[in-house]
Amino acid sequence: MTPVHTIVAKELRSAFVSPVVYVIAAIFLAIVGLLAYSAAANASNQAIRLMQIQNTYAQLNLNDMLFRPLFRSINLILMIILPLLTMRLFAEERKLRTFELLLTSPIGVNEIVSGKFMSVMIVYTGLLSLTGLIPMTLSAYATFDWRPIYLGYVALFLQGALLLSIGLFASALTENQIIAAFLSFGCIVGLWMLGGLGSIVGDTTIGHILSYLSFTEHYERLIRGLFNLKDILYYLSGIAFMWFAAHQAVDAYRWK
Amino acid sequence: MIDIQHVTKRYGNTTALDDISFSINKGEIVAFLGPNGAGKTTTMRILTGFMPPTLGTVRIAGFDCLEAPWEVKKHIGYLPETPPLYLELTVNEYLTFVGRIKRLSADQLPERMDTIIAQTGLADVRGRVIGHLSRGYRQRVGLAQALLHNPPVLILDEPTTGLDPNQIIEIRELIKSLAGSHTIILSTHLLAEATAICQRVIILHHGRIVAVDTPEQLGAKLRESETLSLTVKQSDPGLLEALHHIPGVIRVSQGATPLTYVLDTQIGRDIREELTQLVVSRNVGLLELKTQPLTLEDAFKVLTQTITPSGPSIGAPGGPH
Repeated sequence: MTPVHTIVAKELRSAFVSPVVYVIAAIFLAIVGLLAYSAAANASNQAIRLMQIQNTYAQLNLNDMLFRPLFRSINLILMIILPLLTMRLFAEERKLRTFELLLTSPIGVNEIVSGKFMSVMIVYTGLLSLTGLIPMTLSAYATFDWRPIYLGYVALFLQGALLLSIGLFASALTENQIIAAFLSFGCIVGLWMLGGLGSIVGDTTIGHILSYLSFTEHYERLIRGLFNLKDILYYLSGIAFMWFAAHQAVDAYRWK
Repeated sequence: MIDIQHVTKRYGNTTALDDISFSINKGEIVAFLGPNGAGKTTTMRILTGFMPPTLGTVRIAGFDCLEAPWEVKKHIGYLPETPPLYLELTVNEYLTFVGRIKRLSADQLPERMDTIIAQTGLADVRGRVIGHLSRGYRQRVGLAQALLHNPPVLILDEPTTGLDPNQIIEIRELIKSLAGSHTIILSTHLLAEATAICQRVIILHHGRIVAVDTPEQLGAKLRESETLSLTVKQSDPGLLEALHHIPGVIRVSQGATPLTYVLDTQIGRDIREELTQLVVSRNVGLLELKTQPLTLEDAFKVLTQTITPSGPSIGAPGGPH
């Protein structure tokens, strides 16, 4: 067992003995399920109406009507719940003074940060894969293009990883879990609003930079089924940057 | 084994440690003694490599804390002031985790765990969640954590605080039994504790070393006078006056009750025999006669007056908590 595995195993053990993960999972899955149900009900109503008007079998684009709005909504939910998943990572260690144990053990800060990040990624991936039941169930009753859905999941995975890495960093800054949650929530909303600001500024260099910095345009392209290496790179560089920031924050704790 | 040279630590404008130097030989047990905020915890955190010193060098087992932090960490077992426990884990799970991050190999770990659990008396609670354990057991889990990878150097920050008297004795015995094979530094604010287990005492005050000595010599140095306490059965108005006339008595004062007297006597002058004879001859009934042990307060009065003319003050500002 490498040190990273040790940290991951311990984090998962700690996560699943606390009720937080179960509550988050229940809320997340209930909301996503409801949204998917109402979108599907809406789509079938429209299909029936179209059939009455045209008197023919109507073919609706489920990707447009159901999955894209659903992916957008899931992103919004993630922005709220993922800070709750990451808030305890470092804040609790600082509060309970177990940080002293970690930092006086022959184990690197990079291993601690990576282990913690991987543990929340595992929990998040688990949550995400449960939502995979929605397209799988629907595929029994309707036909749709799978490609945007695969890309949508890639987008969700990367988006979640970015949000979690922001939370990881925020948690390393404070010993108060509530403050850590609000800090990461604030950063995420700020990043989100940069995109809106970018479209207000419009087609100028600053506008492009602002839009590039926000995740909105990258996420939107991916869930439309457009694969662009630039968008993938945006997420990967964002995650790497936040990982590095968390690393620095942990290191700085010792110098205080 | 441990060598500290000219270490200074500043937090912003506050100087927590001011030019500290000392060295400790292999197998010694040394106590850091001092009031809260004296710099004990800061010194220990620097020794463990948790925080770097502002100035100066620290070497443990020949390795420099800044140049070879990993080697230093492998050689050290550290029990911080608050035991670093994951309350949601069981004792077994916790020690397994600690063993792994201390880089014990998978085949060494179960054996070391059994040894340590037996040594620290945790066998009954190994399967229990740490959050449900009493303060005394938590302290023992903390100690087990520090001992698990069998480090040659042990750094224990107030290892007996919060324990009941029986547990204190047990932990002291355990620490004593580790002497010789381990080099141990512990911090305490109890002079009696330092005297009971340590070969050497380093007294810190306001971030400076004010004394380094064996407990006995320190005690002898610190005493300007010996103090005796005497309790009799019947009151005797003339007794106070008579006590004054015993040769060697400097001062006599009334103790906590009217029948108790506190006598300050000259150093090296044992007046207990004369005192007993006097009390017996006056027929007031001797109930108790004892020498009063030197307290830490006395020690600080003596040691710190030479540094701070305003007198001893407990609790320097700006220390780490």
